[in-house]
Amino acid sequence: MSVEAPAPPQPRLRPGRVLRAGPVSGLLHWRQVVVPVAGFAVLVLAAALSMGRGDFPIGVGDVLRTLVGLGEGPQPFIILELRAPRVVVGALVGLALGVAGALFQTFARNPLASPDTLGITMGASVGAVAAIVLSGGSSTGAILGGLGVPLAALLGALVTGVLLFALTWRAGVDGYRLVLIGIALWSAGTALTDWLLTNAEIYDAASAYVWITGSLNARTWDDALPLGTAVAVLLPLALAAGRVLGVLQFGDDTARGLGVRVAGAQAAVVLLAVFLVAFAVSAAGPITFVALVVPQIAVRLTGGSRPPLLASGVLGALLVVAADLVTRTVLPQALPVGILTAVIGAPYLLWLLVRGRRRATL
Amino acid sequence: MTLDIGTELLHRTTRPADPPRVRLAAEHVRLAYDEQVVVDDLDLELTEGSFTAIVGPNGCGKSTLLRALGRLLRPTSGQVLLDGRAIARTPTREVAKVLGLLPQTPVAPEGLTVGDLVARGRHPHQSWLRQWSRDDEAVVAEALAWTDMSDLAGRPVDALSGGQRQRAWISMALAQGTDLLLLDEPTTYLDLSHQIDVLDLVARLHAERGRTVVVVLHDLNLAARYAQRLVAMKDGALVASGPPAEVLTAELLAGVFDLEARVMADPVTGTPMVVPVRRLR
Repeated sequence: MSVEAPAPPQPRLRPGRVLRAGPVSGLLHWRQVVVPVAGFAVLVLAAALSMGRGDFPIGVGDVLRTLVGLGEGPQPFIILELRAPRVVVGALVGLALGVAGALFQTFARNPLASPDTLGITMGASVGAVAAIVLSGGSSTGAILGGLGVPLAALLGALVTGVLLFALTWRAGVDGYRLVLIGIALWSAGTALTDWLLTNAEIYDAASAYVWITGSLNARTWDDALPLGTAVAVLLPLALAAGRVLGVLQFGDDTARGLGVRVAGAQAAVVLLAVFLVAFAVSAAGPITFVALVVPQIAVRLTGGSRPPLLASGVLGALLVVAADLVTRTVLPQALPVGILTAVIGAPYLLWLLVRGRRRATL
Repeated sequence: MTLDIGTELLHRTTRPADPPRVRLAAEHVRLAYDEQVVVDDLDLELTEGSFTAIVGPNGCGKSTLLRALGRLLRPTSGQVLLDGRAIARTPTREVAKVLGLLPQTPVAPEGLTVGDLVARGRHPHQSWLRQWSRDDEAVVAEALAWTDMSDLAGRPVDALSGGQRQRAWISMALAQGTDLLLLDEPTTYLDLSHQIDVLDLVARLHAERGRTVVVVLHDLNLAARYAQRLVAMKDGALVASGPPAEVLTAELLAGVFDLEARVMADPVTGTPMVVPVRRLR
């Protein structure tokens, strides 16, 4: 029995604009396009400003001209060889951290989940500090020292990340368990780093401290290359995982009911995030709070039910480049960029906790 | 009386030579969490177009059984067959096109709209390139309209009342377009009128949309009123199975629920109605 009624005006089913061409179809939210595009424009501007600052100031116009290959005199050398690597590394680090943070937070359904709170950046610190402090000492120390700080940091982060994954894994990864085990690993890493530092020579300890705060000083293209390669591989994979991530958010049972191979998808998401963080930290040290703060800012700008991956990446890049610019120009003394992101990030974390959002409670 | 009408209807719609097809079956399943065996050597067949309610005391393994039927829990021995094929060896995506399920207390991410929630039901039919086809849109619009949720499509799920929220989830299950639907206590935390509302909706899914429904229910009177078949469980074993009037007896209530009770005809529907007297020790 069907009742004939005049067709009511078609209500809007979902926010966003429908795009269809042949077999391809999708839904586009304008804010999820505008935010990354606008963020990228501001990022280019901040990068140009940053590359212009220094003992030999160059105007933004000249910087942009040089970047498209129209530079004159000493400018191409100064910009492309001396200053660009620092900015590019900063942007790539921010991008990787932003995307990794969005992956972790969506996956754990908890805005507190980030590579900082999960101990992964701390693992990188252990690796780096060990390489700095122990080189020249024992034979294992010499091996670590021989690896160089970036590789030791990468190794430390990966080992911690895989450990986190292995300890959390129980036929799947539970977000709550992930955060708790992450905090435990973070404490263990902190203790290990402190122990290494108290036993270190004073000069080693000083350089280790600079690394631990996260700095973009004296970065070269050699630092940018491995990170750039990692981002080029991992970012498309992360974006491709976005569709499944939207279903994983519903919890294991519902996701499985909708035909997602939950265990495999979870493993892929966590490992993607771990690798992104490991390469980022290896290039610039643990620039803290970026992965925590940026996805939450991004989701407030774009709307929707989960941190957008691309927008988080672009805003992460913008935050690191801008913070680096501020530490070098506005502040009287050039500070490592990690200190500024922590100064911004810590109050934000408090605000997040005090505001008492349901899912911010541990 | 009512039973007679029921069998008469049954004979009219199905020929005796053509028994209803078994869609979902458990064969000698043993279900365990870690070392703890919850269900042992259980057999159950669910036929095309049936409406089955699984009942039993707390901890009897009814939800566990439902999870196994919906391939959320893998039997440690025995198997679950979907259309004669081992469900564990069928790609989960293929299963998701035939079998939909609604967990006991599903969680929706904060800020997700009802429309987006229901649209997620299309996930098994979508791909990376095909994320929101005309088919998807039509099915979702229809699912929303059918569950009377169209006007709330733009509302965040977390802003809905308990009853509306459950409707939204059922709407999502409808949009998934599966022949079979498994629901784990869909009336939990709802007041009586919303319990009726949700079960009416499920009954309509069965009657009007031809869905094969399996539902775990606590309320025996509601189970007897809505389901064609009751499956009673105790301590992980199947104790009785059949039409409510045959299953829901004073003896069964004493044996399964440790409950002394009178069973009388529901004045509204004529289905058995349990009036508890006292708990037996």
